[in-house]
Amino acid sequence: MSEWVRICPLGEIPRLGSRVVQTGKGDVAVFRNSSDEVFALRDQCPHKGGPLSQGIVFDRKVTCPLHGLTVQLDSGEAVAPDSGCTHRYRARVDKGEVYLNLS
Amino acid sequence: MTTTKKTRLVVIGNGMAGMRTLEELFKLAPDLYDITVFGAEPHGNYNRILLSPVLAGEMTIKDIMLNDVDWYAQNGITLHLNKAVTRIDRVRRKVIADDGTEADYDRLLLATGSNPVMLPVPGKDLPGVVSYRDIKDTDEMIEAASRYRHAVVIGGGLLGLEAANGLKLRGMDVTVVHLMPWLMERQLDRTAAGLLQQSLEAKGLKFLLEKQTAELIAGESGRICAIRFKDGETLPADLVVMAVGIRPDTGLAEAAGLHCDRGVVVNDTMQTYDPRIYAVGECVSHRGITYGLVAPLFEQAKVCANHLAQFGISRYTGSVTSTKLKVTGIDLFSAGDFTGVEGAEEIVLSDPAGGVYKKLVIKDGKIAGSVLYGDTVDGAWYFQLLRDGQNIRELRDRLLFGQSHLGNAGHQGQNKAASMPDEMEVCGCNGVCKGTIVKAIKEKGLFTLNDVRKHTKASASCGSCTGLVEQILASTLGGAYAPTPAEKPVCGCTEHTHAEVRKSIRQHKLLTIPEVMRFMEWGTPDGCADCRPALNYYLISTWPHEAKDDPRSRHINERVHSNIQKLGDYSVVPRMWGGVTSPEQLRRIADVADKYHIPAMKITGGQRIALAGVKKEDLPKVWADLDMPSGYAYGKSLRSVKTCVGNAFCRFGTQDTLGMGIGLEKAFWGMWAPHKVKLGISGCPRNCSEAAIKDIGVIGVESGWEIYVAGNGGTKTEIAQFFVKVKTQEEVMEYAGAFLELYRQEGYYLERTAQWLQRVGLDYAKCNVVDDAKNRGVLYRQLLGALAARKDPWQERTREGFEKQEFKILEILDEVPS
Repeated sequence: MSEWVRICPLGEIPRLGSRVVQTGKGDVAVFRNSSDEVFALRDQCPHKGGPLSQGIVFDRKVTCPLHGLTVQLDSGEAVAPDSGCTHRYRARVDKGEVYLNLS
Repeated sequence: MTTTKKTRLVVIGNGMAGMRTLEELFKLAPDLYDITVFGAEPHGNYNRILLSPVLAGEMTIKDIMLNDVDWYAQNGITLHLNKAVTRIDRVRRKVIADDGTEADYDRLLLATGSNPVMLPVPGKDLPGVVSYRDIKDTDEMIEAASRYRHAVVIGGGLLGLEAANGLKLRGMDVTVVHLMPWLMERQLDRTAAGLLQQSLEAKGLKFLLEKQTAELIAGESGRICAIRFKDGETLPADLVVMAVGIRPDTGLAEAAGLHCDRGVVVNDTMQTYDPRIYAVGECVSHRGITYGLVAPLFEQAKVCANHLAQFGISRYTGSVTSTKLKVTGIDLFSAGDFTGVEGAEEIVLSDPAGGVYKKLVIKDGKIAGSVLYGDTVDGAWYFQLLRDGQNIRELRDRLLFGQSHLGNAGHQGQNKAASMPDEMEVCGCNGVCKGTIVKAIKEKGLFTLNDVRKHTKASASCGSCTGLVEQILASTLGGAYAPTPAEKPVCGCTEHTHAEVRKSIRQHKLLTIPEVMRFMEWGTPDGCADCRPALNYYLISTWPHEAKDDPRSRHINERVHSNIQKLGDYSVVPRMWGGVTSPEQLRRIADVADKYHIPAMKITGGQRIALAGVKKEDLPKVWADLDMPSGYAYGKSLRSVKTCVGNAFCRFGTQDTLGMGIGLEKAFWGMWAPHKVKLGISGCPRNCSEAAIKDIGVIGVESGWEIYVAGNGGTKTEIAQFFVKVKTQEEVMEYAGAFLELYRQEGYYLERTAQWLQRVGLDYAKCNVVDDAKNRGVLYRQLLGALAARKDPWQERTREGFEKQEFKILEILDEVPS
């Protein structure tokens, strides 16, 4: 069995936006930044559990819509001086399709 | 071949300015440089300002350390303590210390500070004659206080008085000798200085004013034993502290051939005449001014770090400074110009018996200076008004009574931070108490409101406790506190202010966010969650027909036109024109609530009904079934128009308020603004719709309508101000619309009408809207023009499928072989 799963064509995630994927491990937020890199995080802010998928995306970061904590997309860690971490999953684009690794 | 060797940065001077620069640099570019620091003293970096409390026995050296030796190690800094640099070799690009240590540099930072001025009188080098500058001086004074009796402090300035107070507390008999006719003549006027002298005399200090020192006389042991003045009088003295001023330490820079003029001359990027060499702190001369207080040094450090980090987007343009005397039990604050400014007026409150004296110097309707004695609670506020150049005409009659008299009370009515116990809550939104803030300020070395917001979250949400947090900063830091100016950059991505951004968008017809960022040289690729919504608003409000709204630069609430709630679901508030509903509408709302299992329904303060707890994916279906327009209860936009029943039913009603309210709401719905906008329409002065605390309040009277503007019932209660009285509904629409359009075009993002009007003044708005009929017409037509193309956002999403991906959850399509 492969650990990678196919999600959607890249075009279905807006640039500087995100989509939510329902998985066996809960909701996962998949982000696309302005350089067309994709990232995946557990859709829960380390602060008070806000849905990170609904935040504003910039660079390799997302700002939680609830209280403004900013989380690093490539590590899941909160940007200092805040602290905390949310689970990061691997994500990639191949031939225009977005793949996620949930292991 | 290419060993990636890091650029070398050498710092001369291990004091507050130099280390602050490094801290700022680490925030921006932690790994850019290989750093070496030279310090002439044997200690890490300490808070020199707090030497006075150490001398007074209120703190210890350990309390005032800012960066201990471990900090340097943790940050990979090579630290040379106890080594004074004696030469800079600019040709070979290296510095040489007194013990022969050498260090090569690619960039050099001079932070050599200043030296105390020693009066050129006979005996100035005798044992027992000290300056007051560093830990060594402080130790020597503490030592002397344990063995000797008579101390003389030469200099009645800030430093001299703090030294005198400390020595007195350590049991010495202290006389302060001052050349001028009153104490602290550069910071205080004669009256305040007189009050200060009285309080210090009550603490046992003695003063000799207008006295000039002639000679310091040695005793048998060779130590100082007396001081003689020009008039022949002598005083016994076992310790003499010279506190007559400081002089920038430019010896090293001058010897290296750098241009100096009183200080090391730097440009607005803190660069000296040698482009490899930067300078910050007390040693520099910037635009002809040298600074001896800490707040300007920190501003310089920030700018310098920005350039060292190769960001290159920051300029230092000089500082306005304020002074606070750190003598326990004496409250003294001064800022700006306070003596005989040309064409200035004074507002004075003088209560010598009560020990209170306040003076504000006003020029051209703005505060030019302030001196406060006895009650300095409002010092930070006056200083803020001074730095912002805010017009105070409308505050004038209440100004001296302080900010708390302007309705800016904190939680539980607290408005004086100093009297709050540590465990009392300051920030109600984030549950932060005073003690937590004080602790964070001290332990983490915080200096600005933004620092406190980031580290403690206090004042980071609704902002109503900002005044209190600023007071806590001011009282914890003393003179090191620098209030944030109103004209601050939009966010960390740029050095440009809101005003500059708005101007460029208009002048250069910028139409997209990337265009603005390119044109204004944004420091980040896509901006951030602070600047993007602001830019988006500025674009669509300036160019309503040409700029395209960017959903990705909207907060989620405005992107999906509902309010996100704590659990990640949403509340939906349909528009009910003027707060009027019908049985049919109520039945429909009830059916929707049943069908989608909506957990809670609530009557809102804006006379509407909220459906709370809707799942995001249900939103389009809920909207479609409701078949009502969006109430924009989530937006920086026109929210509700609250009405009373008016003359339709009320026995006191004078006018048709329902017609007026519905008319205004139908005209202005869908109007984006810098912040939310609420209207209230009352049919008589009893004001049942709370028109006096709305952005626009319209109150019907027998003879027409009174329009009030810029009220606010939220975080900070503001009573709306009378704007104009008109006769007809058409006139109300035009005046209100023109006022709102002026605010839309000129307000800064997240500025409510009340703050905006405070900034520009009621007269400005009246000039543009009331007095100038032509301009009023133009503004009103601009607003109607901007609104012409609006679409109901719920319909756009339910019927046109706009942004439909927002409401669809993805599922795993298939698994793939690796």
